[in-house]
Amino acid sequence: MTRLARVSFAFLGVVAGTGFVAGAYAGSAGYGLGRLAHGEEIAAWNTDVRADGQGLPAGSGSVLRGEEIYFESCASCHGDFGEAVGRFPALAGGEGSLSDEDPVKTVGSYWPYLTGVFDYIGRTMPYGDARSFSSDDLYAITAYILYLNDLVDEDYMLSAQNFLENSLPNEGNFFLDDRAITELPLFSGEPCMRACKEGVEITSRAELLDITPGTN
Amino acid sequence: MDLENIKYFKGKKPTRRKFLRGALLAGGSVAASSVAATHALASSGADPAIVDKQPWDTRFGAGVDAAPYGLPSPYEVAVQRRNVPWLTADTVSSINFTPLHQLDGIITPNGLCFERHHSGVAEIDPAKYRLMINGLVERELVFTLEDLMRFPRENHVYFLECVANSGMEWNGAQMNGVQFTHGMIHNVMYTGVPLRLILEEAGIKTNASWLLVEGADAAGMTRSLPMEKALDDCLVAFKMNGEALRAEQGYPVRLVVPGWEGNMWIKWLRRIEVGDRPWHHREETSRYTDLMADGRARRFTWELDAKSVITNPSPQAPLTHGRGQTVLNGVAWSGRGTIARVDVSLDGGINWHTARLSGPSLDKSMHRFYFEFDWDGSDLLLQSRAIDSTGYVQPTKDALRAIRGKNSVYHNNGIQTWLVNPDGGVENVEVS
Repeated sequence: MTRLARVSFAFLGVVAGTGFVAGAYAGSAGYGLGRLAHGEEIAAWNTDVRADGQGLPAGSGSVLRGEEIYFESCASCHGDFGEAVGRFPALAGGEGSLSDEDPVKTVGSYWPYLTGVFDYIGRTMPYGDARSFSSDDLYAITAYILYLNDLVDEDYMLSAQNFLENSLPNEGNFFLDDRAITELPLFSGEPCMRACKEGVEITSRAELLDITPGTN
Repeated sequence: MDLENIKYFKGKKPTRRKFLRGALLAGGSVAASSVAATHALASSGADPAIVDKQPWDTRFGAGVDAAPYGLPSPYEVAVQRRNVPWLTADTVSSINFTPLHQLDGIITPNGLCFERHHSGVAEIDPAKYRLMINGLVERELVFTLEDLMRFPRENHVYFLECVANSGMEWNGAQMNGVQFTHGMIHNVMYTGVPLRLILEEAGIKTNASWLLVEGADAAGMTRSLPMEKALDDCLVAFKMNGEALRAEQGYPVRLVVPGWEGNMWIKWLRRIEVGDRPWHHREETSRYTDLMADGRARRFTWELDAKSVITNPSPQAPLTHGRGQTVLNGVAWSGRGTIARVDVSLDGGINWHTARLSGPSLDKSMHRFYFEFDWDGSDLLLQSRAIDSTGYVQPTKDALRAIRGKNSVYHNNGIQTWLVNPDGGVENVEVS
């Protein structure tokens, strides 16, 4: 359905006095259930941003403005430098750590797409007061996170226009699920039932860690 | 905040406790009363549980309506979901665990289904519930709950496993209890509308190949879902085990994505956007991707590999009866079909015995298995190994580590080992 058609349908609905789009649509193959969505309703909920930039709202924000918002709304959990407080997620650092014993996954070290950062902050942050940042706030915070990861300079201004110029360093290091090739052939076939190994030794014991909560 | 760091314990350890003793106390009345009965029998020759009159066989009990919504017996108070406080920063973005060691059969009671929230439980007024479908469709539609219940509906039993289940065990045996090693799973009968019917109602355009499914909670949880799966077996569900979804499971409506990782089963489902490519949102990039040893990461690892675990005995459910007839009890499941067979080992994987499956064998559902044997009172190293209808054989943890390393967090379906000591106490261990 075109936008124009939707708007005119909505207009009819208001005229009919329902306040929303009235009645069922003239269904073709279906059950005639539901009603056509109002353009304003779609605008209210259809706020996601896709990796190709679909859904990026108009607006812009600077690193410096982002720093102000970050210190007010983000630093108490994510740390002054994006290093994280307690078990909240780190946003910066960790470059080159992904093959280490203790990898640190951050926007700079792990996330493949900056759109995901923008979308996520917009839909769920600040923690406990979701969906309260303006579009300009989101551009500013995202710019500041780029800055925390040494990906832009402090005078950078992020906007809908230049957003997709910001690729993240780890984008190329993801690959599609390959278990069908790398694992399933190994993990199939009739398994051994008798005398499958010479002996058994205990190699690891949870009791030694003693980190299990009590069950009383 | 999330489950990303679950393989690492960070922070203050709880005080040391004797786990066997704790479990016995938690098991409570059963273990204690059987000991008492044995003792009384020895001194008087007759069991007071039989020869003494009891309150319940002499006085009225509660009448009907004493509990208009019934609850378990007060003696079952220890049967609870439990969390791991050190695991996450805050309970509103956290997880608790199904008490697998206290359940049997294949259905998980609604109140014991593990919870995983990212911004707490959304409490949605069903009168204000709306489901929107927009994007590459002929008609962008809005449905009320009543609208959804006018579609033809279906009933299916499916397991839901958080793909971080057993994620704490990648680096070695960590958690001394099956509730904590394997309790991010439940198995429920859903009533709902095939997602295909809702998509057909809106009319998907020819270039549509992906969906974005979105929740109405303050996390606005989103995942990209390929159209092929959406048209295959996904449900838009409003009932679990016959009654309305529990709030913590997505009331009034959740998505059911059979056999695929639990994070995709969007709770409080409020919007389906139809598109022509994946969105690459936070929960399918920064999270729910599997980091390999070389620093690269698998994405879109949706299907859950076959897995099983012995639920009894286990560290929270020690053997209290001593040597003799012993029942070994467990669950198995596969995201690719049914469970064809479960083998169990009493000696750490040297020799295997085929277990007995009991109860319905349903596609992408939990299966229950048992193995009865005569315990001679010596050490046991218990293992179970599931084989699914595709021929996939559950691997050892070491076999998984050889391919993935130790930092992939998700998809740990390796074989679990329990050490049973001669005193009946059970520990989580790994073996060579």
